[in-house]
Amino acid sequence: MDTVAAYNHSGAATPPSWGRVRRSRYVADRALKIICTLFTALGAFALGWILLMLLVEGIGGLSPAVFTETTPGPGTEGGGIANAIVGSLILTVLGILVATPIGVLAGTYLAEYGKGSKLAAVIRFVNDILLAAPSILIGLFVYMLMVEPMGGYSGWAGGVALAIIAVPVIVRSTEDMLRLVPGSLREAGAALGAPMSTVIVKISWKAARAGMVTGVILATARIAGETAPLLFTALNNSFWFSPNLMGGVSNLPVTIYQFALAPYQNWRELAWAGALIITLSILALSIVARLLLKKDQVR
Amino acid sequence: MAVVSDKVNLSSMPAVRRRTSPAFDQGFRWASYGSALIVLSVLAGIIGTMMYGGWPAFREFGFGFITSSAWNVGKDQYGAWVAIAGTLTSALIALVIGVPISLGIAIFLTQLCPPWLRRPVSTVIELLAAVPSIIYGMWGLFVFAPLFAKYVQMPLTSIVEGMPILGTVLYARVPSGVGMMTAGIILAIMIIPFIASITRDILDQIPTVLRESAYGIGCTTWEVVRHVLLPQAGVSIIGAVMLGLGRALGETMAVTFVIGNANRLSLSLFDPSSTIASRIANEFNEASGMQMNALLALGCILFVVTFIVLALARLLIARVKTH
Repeated sequence: MDTVAAYNHSGAATPPSWGRVRRSRYVADRALKIICTLFTALGAFALGWILLMLLVEGIGGLSPAVFTETTPGPGTEGGGIANAIVGSLILTVLGILVATPIGVLAGTYLAEYGKGSKLAAVIRFVNDILLAAPSILIGLFVYMLMVEPMGGYSGWAGGVALAIIAVPVIVRSTEDMLRLVPGSLREAGAALGAPMSTVIVKISWKAARAGMVTGVILATARIAGETAPLLFTALNNSFWFSPNLMGGVSNLPVTIYQFALAPYQNWRELAWAGALIITLSILALSIVARLLLKKDQVR
Repeated sequence: MAVVSDKVNLSSMPAVRRRTSPAFDQGFRWASYGSALIVLSVLAGIIGTMMYGGWPAFREFGFGFITSSAWNVGKDQYGAWVAIAGTLTSALIALVIGVPISLGIAIFLTQLCPPWLRRPVSTVIELLAAVPSIIYGMWGLFVFAPLFAKYVQMPLTSIVEGMPILGTVLYARVPSGVGMMTAGIILAIMIIPFIASITRDILDQIPTVLRESAYGIGCTTWEVVRHVLLPQAGVSIIGAVMLGLGRALGETMAVTFVIGNANRLSLSLFDPSSTIASRIANEFNEASGMQMNALLALGCILFVVTFIVLALARLLIARVKTH
């Protein structure tokens, strides 16, 4: 196969053995290769352009004040996004803390207890839908579920909204990774008299650990930049939020959204700085997750 | 291997630690069962809330809610048609642009790419999916839209002006770069990584023997792709496209930045419009009473549509992909 592929790569001009190949076949073949390569370059170009834009616009706005001062009010000079950064960290950690146990256990159910059952098939289906469901609807759902009954916006609602987005990611990766663990390992554990829970925790989880951690990191990367579900739950504000997380909790994505469209120059600069910070963090998390998985050689 | 030896060591531990209480065993089983049910109840909760919240609007306006294009907060008259049309049109533009590019990328990665380049290129394409949607919005509004207005909309408008159909569809009254077409293009970039990586996985699963035998009888790469790979993967690729469509329909922040958020039905692809998601994002926080019910009803429509699309995607992909 490799020789065939290599052969097809090599000839810039028509190779000798193409003598009897009709011109149209040759043209179609060349066109396919050129177009596919161009499209791939276009995709890479888009990522490069977006990163370049963030660097160009964002680095100018970066200063120590960005990390130490709170978001400025309308018309005031200077300011930073310290409260938004801390708020985002808290919301993301809250979301992951809620989502990880639920996601891991649900994934465990799908791969171990419920394997092959009708219920597991239904839940797997539902999980796949949730994985791609519009995140703004999750914001609406949590608004009706928590914000309205509790009488106001809160960081807790924001955390739950993010958790709902993270859970399907963790469920999917946990299940996929547990399925890669050979059944003979489990049988060996069971043969030693270990109950099911011990087999799962000490054998299956242990063998799939790297993949499961990767899933959690990818889920973190996914929720760290989510804006839509926070609009109606954690909202935003320009102060340090109260420690009990009631009322609006400032966070980076919504701050960026509001500041980027604002008429104030310093707000826009802060929005670009925030955008740079959040994107680099997320891309770093995604790359770390990939390296972790590669190192473990699970796939 | 490491795992096995760990297990053996376990048996040499003190007898007290070896015993897992039956209560823990049962508790663990129920905890995982319960967590699985939570996943189920979240979906049920979402659809339940949307229906509960949207019901007053559906009752008030009846079927006319879907077909009416009114959206008047002052008169409390609401109709979903502009938002529905905007959602469908922008998603359709995204598919028309995004699908060929995604397929091209998948074919490049599986058929043309030298092995050493495969991993880095795959990673770059997948990182496109990791970029937050708000960043796409900022890029679209501040970088892409001005360029698009200057180099595409203005020349194109002067060319097509007065032409029968093109003069309407491609005519920009205000060439600001913001509008339906820009939203569609941004959405296309956003769904490319999803469609491309799934299609790549599908193409990878086709047995190498099939490819090799086609090359063996003298097929060109184009013929292998066209007559061997695509027929083999066809249904699943449609599934991948449906998944991209599901993403495009519900995308919020990027679209809110670039679509212009106007409640106007226009035949021109360059005019501002709005989608269901962008309208909810714009209005929900200030809404009360019937407006809130109408927005939840919009959410209900969006949910039903994406559910159908994603369910189809899942069924079509599952046909080939058996874990």
